[in-house]
Amino acid sequence: MLEINALCKSFGGVQASQSVTMTVPQGGITSLIGPNGAGKTTLFALITGFHTPDSGSVRFLGQDITCLPPEAIATRGMIRTFQTVQPFAGQTVRENIAVGAHLKIRGRTEALAKAEDVARQVGLGDRLDMDAGSLTVAGRKRLEVARALATDPKMILFDEVLAGLNPSEIRDVIPVINTIRDAGVTILLIEHVMQAVMSLSDYTWVLNQGAIIAEGPPREVVSDPHVIEAYLGKGMAERIAKREAASA
Amino acid sequence: MNQANKLLMLIVVFGLIALAPMLITQESLLNIVIMTLYAALLGQAWNILGGYGGQVSFGHAAYFGTGAYAVAVLQVQFGINPWLGLVVGGFAAAAVGAFIGFCTFRYGLRGSYFALVTLAFAEVLRILSNSVDFTGAGVGLLIPLERSAANFQFASKEGFFWVIWAMTFAAFLTVWKIGNSRFGAQLMAVRDNEDAARALGVDAFRVKMGAIMLSGFFAGLAGVFYAQYFLYLDPHIAYGAAISVESLLVPIIGGMGTLFGPLLGAAFLHGLSELSRAVIGDAPGISLVLYGVLLVVMVLFVPRGLAGLASHLRSGKPAESRVEEGKGHA
Repeated sequence: MLEINALCKSFGGVQASQSVTMTVPQGGITSLIGPNGAGKTTLFALITGFHTPDSGSVRFLGQDITCLPPEAIATRGMIRTFQTVQPFAGQTVRENIAVGAHLKIRGRTEALAKAEDVARQVGLGDRLDMDAGSLTVAGRKRLEVARALATDPKMILFDEVLAGLNPSEIRDVIPVINTIRDAGVTILLIEHVMQAVMSLSDYTWVLNQGAIIAEGPPREVVSDPHVIEAYLGKGMAERIAKREAASA
Repeated sequence: MNQANKLLMLIVVFGLIALAPMLITQESLLNIVIMTLYAALLGQAWNILGGYGGQVSFGHAAYFGTGAYAVAVLQVQFGINPWLGLVVGGFAAAAVGAFIGFCTFRYGLRGSYFALVTLAFAEVLRILSNSVDFTGAGVGLLIPLERSAANFQFASKEGFFWVIWAMTFAAFLTVWKIGNSRFGAQLMAVRDNEDAARALGVDAFRVKMGAIMLSGFFAGLAGVFYAQYFLYLDPHIAYGAAISVESLLVPIIGGMGTLFGPLLGAAFLHGLSELSRAVIGDAPGISLVLYGVLLVVMVLFVPRGLAGLASHLRSGKPAESRVEEGKGHA
């Protein structure tokens, strides 16, 4: 569904994305993990048109979308959310979600009705008339999800939708994401919460210093020595292996 | 207040204003009503772009002056009927809006950069109109007096009242429609967070272009009215900073991004300037001093304007600035 081919981007001397090649199949949940500063959010921004890549290409549904502006990509059915939540403060939850709904729906009444449906779906049904700026962090994360969902997307890119939530809030949001997948929306998520990565995703890509260093089902990936070293430092994989061998 | 109630209230308010010519027999009092409506029109024009679109313009004189000059030049130089000039003036101002919008939004100018560029455009137009012949240059243009309704010059103030009433009502209805449409939802989304709006598929450039053209159109109509009402124009009146200041002061005081804000702001400002004239006398510049003080006070203490104050008093919550609410994220 999404094919990224040799995508490169540098900011000054920093290679934020070094020839990243990855694919996301239709349906299911794919995750993208990596230590802080690995370039995950930059990759999202490159895919969704917020940054233009220096070289390489992005194909979505078989069409080249490299260098298209964000709104054109959103119109094609790929929506991203933001790591730092970006509510339209001063507008109500209903109005916020309706902005997403308006992508496909022209009429105001219909868009507001759709917003209400989506709000119920993500558990914001009781806060429809609240100012989006006064929502809690968990509420704002839900709002991000709701706005994206209201556009009727084919694919959603979630950027750390669980970050900053406490364990019980995470337990609440995970089923919401599962429902979205079950509705047939392809999901690519950046996540630090490993519990979520393991339980949600079917396939995982690992990014470090702007390059893909591993891929595979999440359980295999987390035991990959390259991945352990990327997260914990050089030599750690060897030491863990030794310790496990000793205790076995 | 929901959208249907707002529309009802709008019709009631303009219905009440329509009674003015019946109740007010004194021409000078009717003049105050006319000038208030005219200021509300100008303020509402600014409000479309600045209040709903978040693009603060310091140069609305560019559209006002274009409308005013269009009707004046067409009459004086080409003998074209001012009613036709009214239409041409509106669209010419919208075209200027499109040009300025294209030059600024294309390159992503926002906030103070956008404000400065609009100020510069208005100044460029002022200097241009001061140096070419067909605008009468520095001498200005005097529209020949020929009192007749067909000539957009009424013998009594009542005729002018109905024209400005209709134009202002049209502007307010348009803004009501904006608050109740996809275009408006997208415009406000761009105002509140352009990146988030684009991520949801909002074409920010197209939406802002729509807003600046609409805004220019109504400011142009205000300019046409001004020209016909006073029958004299010079570059300083048409493209001067005073118009730019008035057009932003009215909605900021009344409440940016609200339907009734510009009307409240216009009434308040004109009430204040009449009061100051009565109390202090007609000392030159005194109203500008008052405007300045008022702007500082409003921005500091009532950033959401009179309309925001009113709705907060009703709901019993303290008036908070939206800017402050917006800061508290994550």
